[in-house]
Amino acid sequence: MLFKTLFAGHERGGLIVMLAIVLMLLWVSIGNLAVPASSSWHVSTYTVTILGKFLTYALLAVSIDLIWGYAGILSLGHGAFFALGGYAMGMYLMREIGDRGQYGNPNLPDFMVFLNWHELPWYWYGFDHFWFAALMVLLVPGILAGLFGWLAFRSKVSGVYFAIITQALTYALMLAFFRNEMGFGGNNGLTDFKDILGFSITENSTRVGLFVASGIALILGYFIAQAIVRSRFGRVLVAIRDAEPRTRACGYPVAQYKLVVFVISAMLAAVAGALYVPQVGIINPGEFSPLSSIEAVAWVATGGRGSLFGPIIGAFAVNYSKTQLTTLAPDLWPFVLGGLFILVTVFLPKGLISLLGRRKKPVEESETMVINKAIKQETSVAADRKTEVL
Amino acid sequence: MLSVPNESEIIGDRVATLAPGQPDVTHGTILYLEDVTLSFDGFKALNKLNLTLDDGELRCIIGPNGAGKSTMMDVITGRRKPDSGQVFFGQNIDLLKHQEHEIARGMVGRKFQRPTVFEALTVAENIELTLLGPRAPWAVLKARSTAAERDRIDEVLTTIGLIQLRHQPAGILSHGQKQWLEIGMLLAQNPRILLVDEPVAGMTGEEVARTAELLVSLAGERTVVVVEHDMAFVRKIARTVTVLHQGSVLAEGSLSSVQSNPKVIEVYLGETPCSH
Amino acid sequence: MTNHTRNHPQSSAAPIGLKRFRRWIAPILTLCLLLGATLPISVAQADPASPSLAAGSPTVSAIASDDAMTRSQAIKALILQPPAGAADVLHALDRGMLYVTAKPVARLGIADAAGKISAIDSDEILGNTSDAQWQPVSINNVIRIQLRPRLDLMALASPDVSKRRDAAQDLFSARLTPDYIHEIKALEPKIKDADVQANLRKLVAGFELNDADPKVRLAAIADVADALDPEIRAKLANLASNDNDPAVKAAAAKTLDAINTRVAGWQFLQNLVFGLSLGSVLLLAAIGLAITFGVMGVINMAHGEMMMIGAYTTWLLQQLMPNHLTAALFLAIPSAFLAAGIIGMAIERGLIRFLYGRPLETLLATFGLSLMLQQAARIIFTPLNRAVALPDFMSNSWVVNPVFAITYNRLYILIFSLTVFFGLLLLLKRSTFGLRIRAVAQNRAMARACGVRSNWIDALTFGLGSGIAGIAGVALAQITNVGPNLGQSYIVDSFMVVVLGGVGNLWGTLVAGMGIGVLNKFLEPYSGAVLAKVVVLVLVILVIQKRPRGLFPQKGRAAEE
Repeated sequence: MLFKTLFAGHERGGLIVMLAIVLMLLWVSIGNLAVPASSSWHVSTYTVTILGKFLTYALLAVSIDLIWGYAGILSLGHGAFFALGGYAMGMYLMREIGDRGQYGNPNLPDFMVFLNWHELPWYWYGFDHFWFAALMVLLVPGILAGLFGWLAFRSKVSGVYFAIITQALTYALMLAFFRNEMGFGGNNGLTDFKDILGFSITENSTRVGLFVASGIALILGYFIAQAIVRSRFGRVLVAIRDAEPRTRACGYPVAQYKLVVFVISAMLAAVAGALYVPQVGIINPGEFSPLSSIEAVAWVATGGRGSLFGPIIGAFAVNYSKTQLTTLAPDLWPFVLGGLFILVTVFLPKGLISLLGRRKKPVEESETMVINKAIKQETSVAADRKTEVL
Repeated sequence: MLSVPNESEIIGDRVATLAPGQPDVTHGTILYLEDVTLSFDGFKALNKLNLTLDDGELRCIIGPNGAGKSTMMDVITGRRKPDSGQVFFGQNIDLLKHQEHEIARGMVGRKFQRPTVFEALTVAENIELTLLGPRAPWAVLKARSTAAERDRIDEVLTTIGLIQLRHQPAGILSHGQKQWLEIGMLLAQNPRILLVDEPVAGMTGEEVARTAELLVSLAGERTVVVVEHDMAFVRKIARTVTVLHQGSVLAEGSLSSVQSNPKVIEVYLGETPCSH
Repeated sequence: MTNHTRNHPQSSAAPIGLKRFRRWIAPILTLCLLLGATLPISVAQADPASPSLAAGSPTVSAIASDDAMTRSQAIKALILQPPAGAADVLHALDRGMLYVTAKPVARLGIADAAGKISAIDSDEILGNTSDAQWQPVSINNVIRIQLRPRLDLMALASPDVSKRRDAAQDLFSARLTPDYIHEIKALEPKIKDADVQANLRKLVAGFELNDADPKVRLAAIADVADALDPEIRAKLANLASNDNDPAVKAAAAKTLDAINTRVAGWQFLQNLVFGLSLGSVLLLAAIGLAITFGVMGVINMAHGEMMMIGAYTTWLLQQLMPNHLTAALFLAIPSAFLAAGIIGMAIERGLIRFLYGRPLETLLATFGLSLMLQQAARIIFTPLNRAVALPDFMSNSWVVNPVFAITYNRLYILIFSLTVFFGLLLLLKRSTFGLRIRAVAQNRAMARACGVRSNWIDALTFGLGSGIAGIAGVALAQITNVGPNLGQSYIVDSFMVVVLGGVGNLWGTLVAGMGIGVLNKFLEPYSGAVLAKVVVLVLVILVIQKRPRGLFPQKGRAAEE
C-alpha cells in the first residue's frame, strides 16, 4: 500500500514538480531578460546562475535515485561521472578560448603553455568541435561506468561493498586529476572560459540560455527515468532491489540489468556535469572528491529515494540551505549536513516526500483488509489442524 | 503413464519460448538421481543418493534434520554441483551441465522455505516477472504486456486463488498468501518439476487445507515434490513417501508402509521398538 | 646515532630533537676528549709547528684581528693542525660559542648557554657575551666544511664505540680535502674497531679510485668490493666506462656488477620493509574495522575519526607533559583506547543500534557523524596540522648499510601493530568476552537465549573496534601530522584491506594489509605514489572478481547462505 500510494502520488507530485520547473524557467528568463533591472520583479543574473546550478544538481540527484531508489545500487562515486561530463565540456570550452588566453597561444590552452608543453595531447583532439565534446560527455562516463559496473556486478559486488569501491573510484580519479601530467590542468582545473557555441559566456542571454537548457535537461532526464522505472524493466529493477537472489532464480541476468541502469544513470550525471561547468565557469579535481558525491546522496536521501521527484526537491532544499548557511555561518554547514544524514536515515528513511504520502496510507490499508476478509470467508474450509508426530 | 498436456494448450506462445530441449519421458521417469555424493568439509551431506521421480507424481520427502533434503534440492536446481553422481532430467538432459537459471526456466521450479516475493510490486506484477519470456534487459525494456500474457497471469492467479488481490502490493499479503503467490510464480515459469520446501510451516489451519488442495491439483500436469515435517499434511496429500537419512534413501513407499518400517522408527525414535 | 632528524619532511619536531641533542653533545664530547687524551690513539697530536692557543699567541691575535682574511687563515690553520686541547675550542667554534677579545691581550673564551665566557683551559670566568670587548668568532660554510671532518676525526678517539662508528660514517659523507685523506690513511691501521677500520679503508680507497697510478686504482677497486655506497658506485661506473687502463676498466666493471647485484638485493629488502611498514599502518587502521565491519557487519564511516580522536589524545597528552615524551606516549595508548572506545560505545548506543540490518543507512548516518566529528575537531583544535614530537627512542634510523636503513618509529609501529593484532586474536579466540562476541555475531537470537546480553556485547564490541582505531591513531601520530582530516585519508584504504582479506577473517586482514602495503611500495618506483594507489585499487577490484568473498572467505555452510 505504501508503494502504491507513493507511486500514485508520484505521478501527481512529479507532474507538479515538473510544472513548477517550467514556471520557474519562464519566470526567471523573463524576469532577467525582459524586466528592467530597476524593477523589483527583476531577477538578477546571480540568481539565474545559482538556480541553473541547482537544476544541474537536481539532474544529478535524479540519476543517483534511478540506481539507488529503484535498483538498490548505492553509488558513493557518482560525482565522478558528473565531473567527467564537466571535464569533457570544459575541454571544449578551453578550445573555444583559442588565442585569447593569457599566453595568446592559438594551439594550446594556457596551462599547457605554462607547463612548457609544445603539443596538444592526443586525447584533446576533436574537442574544438562542440558535437564531439557533446558525444564525449556521454561516451566517456558511459564507458567508464560500463567497465566498472561490468567488473563489479559480474562478481556480485553489491550493497556497501559497491558503495565503498565507487568511493574509491572517485578518490582515485581525484588523485589522478590533481596531477599536472594528466593534461587536465592539475590542481587549477579548467577555467577562464570565454565562449560557448560562439556566445560569450558572461552575457546575460547566454546565462539564461544555459539555465533554460539545464531545466530542459532535467525535465527530459526525469521523463527518461520515469519511462524506465514504469516499464517492465523498471519492475525487474525493483525486484532486484527487494530480492536479488529471487530475481536471479527467475532467470533474469541481474548483472546486465544493473549494468544498463548504471550506465544510463552515469550518462545522466555526466549531462548534468556538462551543463554545470559553463554556468559556474570552472571545473577542477575537487568535483571528484568523495565528499561531493556523498553530498549528492544526501540530497536524494533528504528528498526521498524511490520517487523521482523527491530527489529534485531534496537537491533544491539542501542546496538552498547550504547557500544560505555558508554565507551566515560557514562553520556550521558540516554539522547541518552531517546531522541531516543522521536525521533522515533514522527518522525519515523515505525522505521528505514520505510526509506528503502519509495521510493516504490508512485508507488503502483498510481497503485491502476488506478484500482479504472477503477472500478468507469465501475460501474457508475450516479444518482444524492437528499436528501429528510420527 | 500420465499424458502430458500439449504445451500450447496452457499458453499460446509458450512453445516458442520453451527452454531448449524437451525431456524424454518414454519410460515414465522425469528425474533420475544416481549415486549422488556431496560433502562439506568432510561431512557427507549426500551419500550415494539414488532417487527417481515418475512423471506427474506427487512425492513427499521426509527425514530428520541434516538428512540432506535441502542439499538434494540444491543439487536438482543446479545451485550446487555434486562431487560425484549423475542427475538426469528425463532420459536425455544432463542437469549437471546446466546453469541454475536455465534449470529454473521450464525444468525445475523450487519454492524456498521462507517465501520471497517482490513486496513492492503488485501480485500480478510478481507473476508477470516470472512468466516465460525474454529476460535480456533490452528486450524487457521494450516489452509491452500482451493479451496472452494477461490471460496467463489471470489463469495462474485463479489457480492460486489470489485473483482478487491482483492489484495489491505483495507486501500486504498474509504469510499463507505469500506462499501461494510464490507457488504461482513458479507455475508461471511452467516447470515440469515443482520442488516445494515446507509449504505449510506457519500456516493457519484453513491455509493448510487450501495448500493441500492446490498441490494435489497441480500434480499430474507436473511432478510435485514436497519436503515437509508436518505429518498431518503429508498424510493429507501423500501418495508415495521417501525417507532420507544421512544423505541417502532409508525407505520409500506408501505412508503407512513407511511408518511401520522399523528402520524409520529407529531413526525417528532413536531405538528399535520391541514389538517388531 | 646517525640521522638526528625525523624522516617526515613536514615535521617541526625535528629541530626540537636536534636542540635536545646538541645540549647533550658538548658535555659528552668534552668528556670523551678528556678521556681520549689518555688513550693510546690520540688524534689531536701536538705538532711542533702547530698554532698555539695561548693568550697573545700569533694565532689568537690573528683570530682577534679586524681583517677577515687574516682571521679565516688563522682559523683554517687551527683546524688543519689542531694543537693539543683544541677540541673544546673547535667544538665551541662549530656551535658558534667561541668568543675572542683583543684587549688587554688577544685571548679566546668559550661561552656557555647562560652567556658566561670562561677560559679555554680553566674554569676562570673571563666575561659575558654581552660585553662589548668579546666578539663571537664566526665562520663561513667553506670553513665549516673543513671543521666537521676534524671534529669527526677527533671523535674517532672517543671511548664510546657508537660515537666512533658514527664519526667514521660522517667522515664518509663529508667532502674531504686530500690532506684529510692522507691523515685518515695514516690513522687507519691504528684503528681497533674492525668495522670502523673497514669504513675508513673504504673511504680512502674511494679517494684512490681517482689516483693517477693505475696500480693504486686497481688496489682501490679491490678495497671497495664490499662497498654499497652510491658515491663509490658512481666512481666505479666512471672507471668502468672511461678509464684508460684496460685492466682497471675490466676490474671496475666486474666489481660494479657484483656490487649492483647486492644493491638490488638490499633494495628489494628495503622496499619489502617499507611496504611492511606501510602495511602495518594499514593493518592498524583496518583491525578496528575488521571488528566493527567484519564481526558486527556495521559499516562505520566514522572509523577514521576514531583514529583522529586517538591521535589528538596523543597530542594533548604531550602538551600536558612536554618533558616526558616517552611517558606521554605510553600513557597515550590506554587513554586513546578509552577515549575512542567510550565515544564508540556512545555512537553504538545512540545511533547505530537503531540501524541494524540496514547497512546502507548505517553507512550514510555514520558518514554524517564523521563530518560532524571532523568539524568539531576543526573548531576545537583549529584546522592546523599539529606535529607530535617523537621520544628519543623512536627518533632515529637504524642504518644497516648505505642502501638499507629504517627509521625506528616505523620499526616500532610494525612491531606494535603485530602486537595489537595478535592480542586481539587472543582476546577473540580465548576469552569469554571474545566467545560472546563471536556468539552474537553468528547467531544473535541463540546467543541471547543462552543468556548473553547481546545489547551489551554490541556496545562493547563496537567500543573495542573503536578503541583499537584510537590506538591506531596513537601510532599514526608518530609518523604523520595530527589534523582533522587524519582519519579520512585512511578510511577507503582500510575498507579495501578488510574487503580484500575477507570479511570476518582477521588473518585475511593481516595478509591483505601487508600485501597492499608491500605492493604499493614496489609499484611506487615505477609509477609514482598516486598511480600506485590507483593500480592497487584496480588490482583489488580484479581480485574481488576472482574471489568475491575476499582472499580468505569464511568457510562453512552458514557463510554461503
